[in-house]
Amino acid sequence: MEDLLEILRDLHPEVDFETCDTLIDDKILDSFDIVSIIAEINDCFDVTITAEKITPQNFNSAEALYALIQELEDEE
Amino acid sequence: MLFTSYAFLGFMAILFLLYYLIPGRFQWELLLAASYLFYFIAGPSWLLYILATTVTTYYAARRIEKTGQQQKAYIKVHREQLSKEEKKAYKDKMKTRQWRWLLACLFLNLGILAVVKYTNFAISNVNGLLRAVGSARQFGFWDIALPMGISFYTFQALGYLIDVYRGTVEAEKNLFKLALFVSFFPQLIQGPISRFGDLAQSLYAEHVFDAEKFCYGLERILWGYFKKLVIADRILTGVNAIIRDTGTYRGAYVFVGMMFYALELYADFTGGIDITIGIAQALGIGVKENFRRPYFSKSVKEYWRRWHITMGTWFTDYIFYPISVCKPMLKLSKLARARLGENIGKRIPIYLSSFAVWLATGIWHGASWNFVVWGLGNWVVLMASQELEPLYARLHGRFDVQGRGWYKLFQVLRTILVMSCLRTFDCYRDVPLTFRMFGTLFTEHNWHILWDGSLMGIGLSAVDYGVLLAGLVLLVAVSLLQRSGSVRDRIAAKPYPVRFLLWYGLFLAVLLAGAYGIGYDASQFIYNQF
Repeated sequence: MEDLLEILRDLHPEVDFETCDTLIDDKILDSFDIVSIIAEINDCFDVTITAEKITPQNFNSAEALYALIQELEDEE
Repeated sequence: MLFTSYAFLGFMAILFLLYYLIPGRFQWELLLAASYLFYFIAGPSWLLYILATTVTTYYAARRIEKTGQQQKAYIKVHREQLSKEEKKAYKDKMKTRQWRWLLACLFLNLGILAVVKYTNFAISNVNGLLRAVGSARQFGFWDIALPMGISFYTFQALGYLIDVYRGTVEAEKNLFKLALFVSFFPQLIQGPISRFGDLAQSLYAEHVFDAEKFCYGLERILWGYFKKLVIADRILTGVNAIIRDTGTYRGAYVFVGMMFYALELYADFTGGIDITIGIAQALGIGVKENFRRPYFSKSVKEYWRRWHITMGTWFTDYIFYPISVCKPMLKLSKLARARLGENIGKRIPIYLSSFAVWLATGIWHGASWNFVVWGLGNWVVLMASQELEPLYARLHGRFDVQGRGWYKLFQVLRTILVMSCLRTFDCYRDVPLTFRMFGTLFTEHNWHILWDGSLMGIGLSAVDYGVLLAGLVLLVAVSLLQRSGSVRDRIAAKPYPVRFLLWYGLFLAVLLAGAYGIGYDASQFIYNQF
């Protein structure tokens, strides 16, 4: 989880990713941010987040995103 | 049958009456019949195109879903016998099968769109190339009419198909219900491009007459007619005069044309969408909003999140993300990071995918180079803003201007100006001519035309300017009010005589100040032939 938080904080240092659960709903992350995050996750966790997994539910909070990474790690 | 024709008003009146008189379970069937009648009147032969899209999408979606079900059932039965690798191999095999159905249907429908929309564009380019190399050979153009709304309904149908492939929605089992989703007539002409998951349930549900909703719908329709007939069609005369006489109207006139066109396009497109959403609302159906006061945007990026929203999200979900996060793109990004450095490497997926999106957006808007250049112009501006963000952040930190009223106004005006400059490609519809005319802004020093009465010579009288100014003030006032909640909710809270006066006033405004007159024919909506 700490690795993911680091990736997110690098992109938006001003956001409290540990508590925020409206990253998409409040437009804190835009499409460019999401692509950057996915590339970093691919590097760091060696999992591929495909386009169909890019949903507000999966990206609204660091926690939800981490759950997605774990799910993909289990699958792969 | 134009939205602005008497025939359409008659058509709507009969539909509303029948819709609430028949049993609720037949309402969606009535809407299907009305949609096909609407399309048949527009062009009988065009029915074949929409039927082909509906049937192929229906069949491919059903096959994709069936393959998925087959896979789940097989895994469930053989869970114990299969190793992890065998399960994965079987899943991959079935996914490939689904992918093939998806691809075949995409190719077929985008192929139809490409043939009817882009064949003559391709021929004109080939002819141009032949002339350039000195060949006398020229190919004749195809006599092919562009079916009404084909870009909209094709994208709507393909969005549904991709959602079924992704497992976001279930495939519709009833062909006729899917036919209604693809052809729902209020949005057939110019969108919005609805998602199956957002629209279907409300489209097929039974709706009892709700006076309040019906009234809200009619208010929205009336507001749409106001924008279209009072503002867009009136200012159109001035825009056309400036665009068509490029010898006379240069320099400051180009600026006036840009600003007038910004107003015309906004009033025309959002007016049409108001009519669409209003009709749907009066029928009890929820259609997604397509605009959120785009001219109040403080950046081009924000503007594109608020203008033609359903098209933007369509391109983001079905083109931008699949390209930017696909495995080859991630590999390319990794390679570029290793070779060219972190900064360049991580930008590559964004730059390339956005390029594809804006190229597609340009081509989607029309089969000519001006739209391609317009699309790529937007891409350049967006990428430049992205790169300038750190600089803006530094400036904002140093000069404490963020959040100040005058600075917000500056940002809003800057966005309107940038978007209007890009739209000159849409106005002149000829790339070299657009550049030449844009250049005259700096070479012809005739800014005095803004106050010396010359603007009376572009086909607009003092009365026209008065009506336009009043319309613009009302438009801005309503937009400002919308920021703090629904204007229609506020109207609904007023005593009945006040409400009646407001409706009657707006109705009279459309009737008296709409751009009619002897021999006048309300123009088509700009997005009609997309």
